[in-house]
Amino acid sequence: MTGVRVLVGTQKGAFTLTSDGRRAEWEVEGPLFGGWQVYHVAGSPADPNRIYLSQTSEWFGQVLQRSDDGGKSWTPVGNDFRYATETGTHQWYDGTPRPWEFARVWHLEPSSDDPDTVLAGVEDAALFKSSDGGESWGELAGLRTQPSGPAWQPGAGGMCVHTVLVDPSDPSRLHVAISAAGVFRSDDTGATWRPANRGLHSIGIPDDDAEVGHCVHRIARHPSRPDTLFMQKHWDVMRSDDSGDSWREISGDLPSDFGFPIAVHAHEPDTVYVVPITSDSEHYPPEGKLRVYRSRCGGDEWEPLTIGLPQANSYVNVLRDAMAVDSLDSCGIYFGTTGGQVYASPDAGDTWTAIVRDLPRVLSVEVQTLP
Amino acid sequence: MIRVVIPQHLQTLAALGREIELDVRGPVTLERTCDALEERYPVLRGTFRDRVSGKRRPFIRFYACEKDLSHEPPDTVLPDPVTAGREPLFVVGAMAGG
Repeated sequence: MTGVRVLVGTQKGAFTLTSDGRRAEWEVEGPLFGGWQVYHVAGSPADPNRIYLSQTSEWFGQVLQRSDDGGKSWTPVGNDFRYATETGTHQWYDGTPRPWEFARVWHLEPSSDDPDTVLAGVEDAALFKSSDGGESWGELAGLRTQPSGPAWQPGAGGMCVHTVLVDPSDPSRLHVAISAAGVFRSDDTGATWRPANRGLHSIGIPDDDAEVGHCVHRIARHPSRPDTLFMQKHWDVMRSDDSGDSWREISGDLPSDFGFPIAVHAHEPDTVYVVPITSDSEHYPPEGKLRVYRSRCGGDEWEPLTIGLPQANSYVNVLRDAMAVDSLDSCGIYFGTTGGQVYASPDAGDTWTAIVRDLPRVLSVEVQTLP
Repeated sequence: MIRVVIPQHLQTLAALGREIELDVRGPVTLERTCDALEERYPVLRGTFRDRVSGKRRPFIRFYACEKDLSHEPPDTVLPDPVTAGREPLFVVGAMAGG
């Protein structure tokens, strides 16, 4: 019988949550790398036994771990994330120029067809690639050296590449999202990049529809419709049907259009999930009710999903990389909170159960559908 | 041989015990000791000093003979008891929240 393995990165280590296809009973293992921040854990679509993990610490810097046996054992691999060209400067919070400086790996995006190939989105904002299982890394420097780079500013969490999408129909087409610069698109496998933010409007920047400077929190797509992208922005939920050339708002009847994660159903390209948060300064659900909102029509019309989720006194957040979907027949949805709960829905969001409740602050959630 | 004590998280990362012995060629300076530590245990590269600049990471401290050597220049020769192997150099994760 098929099963799932949920890979959870937290402020103090990683955890794996496994279940069979019913997704009713769970085995929780961890912490792995206890005491370290694990920003992201990602399995290779080409080989479920291959898993990459970003282990980082203010004290001890960046470590990259790789497992070749489904997480039973781990090996430290390369951590030399060296910018390929002279770094120049971006803007600091106070508007002064600041040299690019590597801090950590936020997001790992393994290749769909080669277990040894993986992209890494890092802080300060840049994209790296490894073709040898993470042993060595080379920067795709065209992103960092994009002409608007000197004007980029960090978001509150740092100036990071937090989302990396590879077009399943055309692997030369990449999208990344940077806080707080926006979306960038490459059509030549990462050699050159251009901003892809037309249609975004952001309060809090001098020119609300500027080419760059938007605090994009997350973008997601369905593999069967590669030109359609969904975005959760600092404020506003957005949609593009031309691979990021233009965006339109689909916040519709959401109780708040502020939030961090966004995910798409594995089998229904127009079914989208968000977790509304009260506001930019109140990072918790409106009215203390933890609700996932689902649109079955590609946005604008949203329904609250509440069964099994706390509907009183819930003041947690769900971070940008902390929501994922499995690809079983009845699509499973998973998300982790800053309060340490990981919730699972085996029925596309209709009902929810907390797999585990008291982990450290959850930074990321990914899921592997196992054969 | 000199003795170096490394913090618990780096012991785990490199599968080492608390204290290790290092052969440092030439004058036993902070920098040569760090070089020898990284050369012998490559997995520690980038964990206690920056891979590009070679600077000590902000939350790492170097102590020896009850003195804080963290802010000394890289070519500082370690105290005699350390170079003679009677006292260890301590590589310490700073007390800084957690």
